[in-house]
Amino acid sequence: MNAKVITVTSGKGGVGKTTVTANLTAALAMLGRRVVAIDSDIGLRNLDVVMGLENRIVYDLVDVVEGRCRLNQAMIRDKRFSDLHLIPAAQTRDKMAVSPSDMIVVCDELRQDMDYIVIDSPAGIERGFRNAIAPADRVLIVTNPEVSAVRDADRIIGLIEAENKGPGELIINRLKPQMVARGDMLSIADVLDILAIDLLGVVPEDEAILVSSNRGLPVAMSSANSTSASQAFRNIARRLEGEEIPIMDLSAPAGLFGRLRSWVGRMNGKEGV
Amino acid sequence: MGWLSRLFGKKEQSSQVAKTRLQMVLTHDRSDIPPGLIEQIKDDIISVIVEHLAIDPDEVVVELTKTSNESRLVAEIPIQGGARRKAPVVSD
Repeated sequence: MNAKVITVTSGKGGVGKTTVTANLTAALAMLGRRVVAIDSDIGLRNLDVVMGLENRIVYDLVDVVEGRCRLNQAMIRDKRFSDLHLIPAAQTRDKMAVSPSDMIVVCDELRQDMDYIVIDSPAGIERGFRNAIAPADRVLIVTNPEVSAVRDADRIIGLIEAENKGPGELIINRLKPQMVARGDMLSIADVLDILAIDLLGVVPEDEAILVSSNRGLPVAMSSANSTSASQAFRNIARRLEGEEIPIMDLSAPAGLFGRLRSWVGRMNGKEGV
Repeated sequence: MGWLSRLFGKKEQSSQVAKTRLQMVLTHDRSDIPPGLIEQIKDDIISVIVEHLAIDPDEVVVELTKTSNESRLVAEIPIQGGARRKAPVVSD
């Protein structure tokens, strides 16, 4: 078996790379895949808290690279899904502690025992980003429908192509259907028009995301199909597996009649949006 | 007041403004040509052309456009009063 290495990156910080990584790894594990998430944001460790594994860290990525432990000693196994693992970043070092070739060596060692290796990239375009994309077979670019995030995504797309890691695939995160309907947010079509790359998924803005990171329980793990974001992440995981899943309909009902209809829908216990 | 201006069609939707601005800025980002350089080129073009033709500098548009695989510098320079020359040709 040979794992696929998937790197999640964005250029801009705060667009949801870590949330996407935590949820995609959880969703892939729920599909029965053997998955390891690697936090490559050395010095600003975060994936551990979002995944709810922060209390189990003994060794980290830098310990592996510098030979203080074996790779499987740094791999934390998630008790909720035995095939889900995390290799945390070091918190007290900086990006220079790891090189792109270190990342390739680590991933090559993991490949035999895993189906997916998902790397959470740091923001920026410097060493940390280079480390994260060096071993990548596929690169997922996370953006938000706003000018700064889309501009940075475009820059990242160019850099990924220059490194022969392209074409990347896009995830539009934090879309607000009501704002799109009002004409106050770039639509999916607008973003695709500008960036001209393949769309892997769209994740709507969802308060459940914050609640889940409060609890250290990725929304994709919630068994109910209750939130639109958790469904979106599970759909993306299935697309990574090669399934043809249409992008979910996020069009908001516009105008008074539409709002009335969605209000009536909610009264009947059906969620609008 | 957003709904009022929309009702009267006065204000462009902010998503449309965002898209236009992004397309403009990305054209420059991708070609590594700063927007200020285009402004300088525009001023230089105007100063050369006004020597020979009657043009309104405010009407001149010089911009970088980007298709899928090429960047192009496009100048639009309307000439005043048809194609007549600014100064009559000296007759002998």
